[in-house]
Amino acid sequence: MRGYRYIDGLATLQVDCERCVGCGACVVVCPHRIFSLEAGRLEINDPDLCMECGACARNCPVQAITVDAGVGCAAAVLSAWVNRFFGRKVLSDCC
Amino acid sequence: MGSPGPQSPVLVTANYKLSFDALRHRLGRVDAWLLVVDTRGINVWCAAGKSTFSAEEVCECVRRFRLGELVSHRQLILPQLAAPGVAAQAVRKGCGFSALFGPVRAADVATYLANGQRCNEAMRTVTFSLAERAVLIPVELFLVGRSLLIALAVAVLLSGLGPMVFSPTAALERGLMLLAGAGFGLLGGAVLTPLLLPWLPGRQFWLKGVVAALPLAIFGLLGPGRNLGAAEQAALALWTIALSSYLAMNFTGSTPFTSLSGVEYEMRRGLPVQLGAAGLALILWLAAPFC
Repeated sequence: MRGYRYIDGLATLQVDCERCVGCGACVVVCPHRIFSLEAGRLEINDPDLCMECGACARNCPVQAITVDAGVGCAAAVLSAWVNRFFGRKVLSDCC
Repeated sequence: MGSPGPQSPVLVTANYKLSFDALRHRLGRVDAWLLVVDTRGINVWCAAGKSTFSAEEVCECVRRFRLGELVSHRQLILPQLAAPGVAAQAVRKGCGFSALFGPVRAADVATYLANGQRCNEAMRTVTFSLAERAVLIPVELFLVGRSLLIALAVAVLLSGLGPMVFSPTAALERGLMLLAGAGFGLLGGAVLTPLLLPWLPGRQFWLKGVVAALPLAIFGLLGPGRNLGAAEQAALALWTIALSSYLAMNFTGSTPFTSLSGVEYEMRRGLPVQLGAAGLALILWLAAPFC
């Protein structure tokens, strides 16, 4: 994914290093290769590349990773905002 | 696939036609079982993001198709992009099969199996090449199609309003100008933005859409719109830029690198600008015949 960066400083990804057991499940599933294990310790290489898909948090066996996971899609966000404003389902999701 | 036996690997996929076909065609001569999870016709990544592709669904499929009686091993290979919805541990707990995440792309599955179920970094990384962006253009145009057509029909009718109450000639002539403006907006936001994405300046998509529309708006004013009055020219330029910016912002949903936090952040900035520009365009356009 070289050549692509989204807005810096917004990713909600957090790792609790005390809880992490160094199993490497997050290293495997991350589609942007953000994590690496250095001598059994988890490193976050570039948090701004995180797209908050939630794969790492979902597959962490000890819940050491938290992230506000969701789909980065303007149409879905707009539907959610409109529906919240009206308090009922006015717009459906695109997909 | 092929002629699988009890030792053959089990590949899990979604019941989205393109996902399923990609896997079927790219596997080549590999003997394997395909376990198709019902994701209601949605692709692997989106279904995982919305949790319709989940550990529960996978386990449910394993039980429904009595996979335990078909194969002697206890291992499932899932697409890596199912990971936002499927927890490997939960699959193991739920049905006794261990879940491995294979490569991102179906094209790499044969290599993955041949290499002793190992992926290199490239096979685990999502890409967004020019070709991958180009195939999305028709999707973008289709998604916006119906609502834009309705808006344009109303706008063409409104274009006929003037001192004579309603003039069909004006509706036609000014309506055509409005359509041209919309065409440039579509070109900017749904064609140029996807194609030129890495090279358009700015991180926020709504800004990229503005940048893509600027040369088109200028071209439109020097070309088809050169005989219009200043108010109408301003209205058309604003309309083109607002539409392009909105469509570019919508393209976030088709990319594999935009985050929810980022999209909300840029929408809080872009949407007011787009609504303001479109509203101003409408006022100028409607007021122009009376000046």
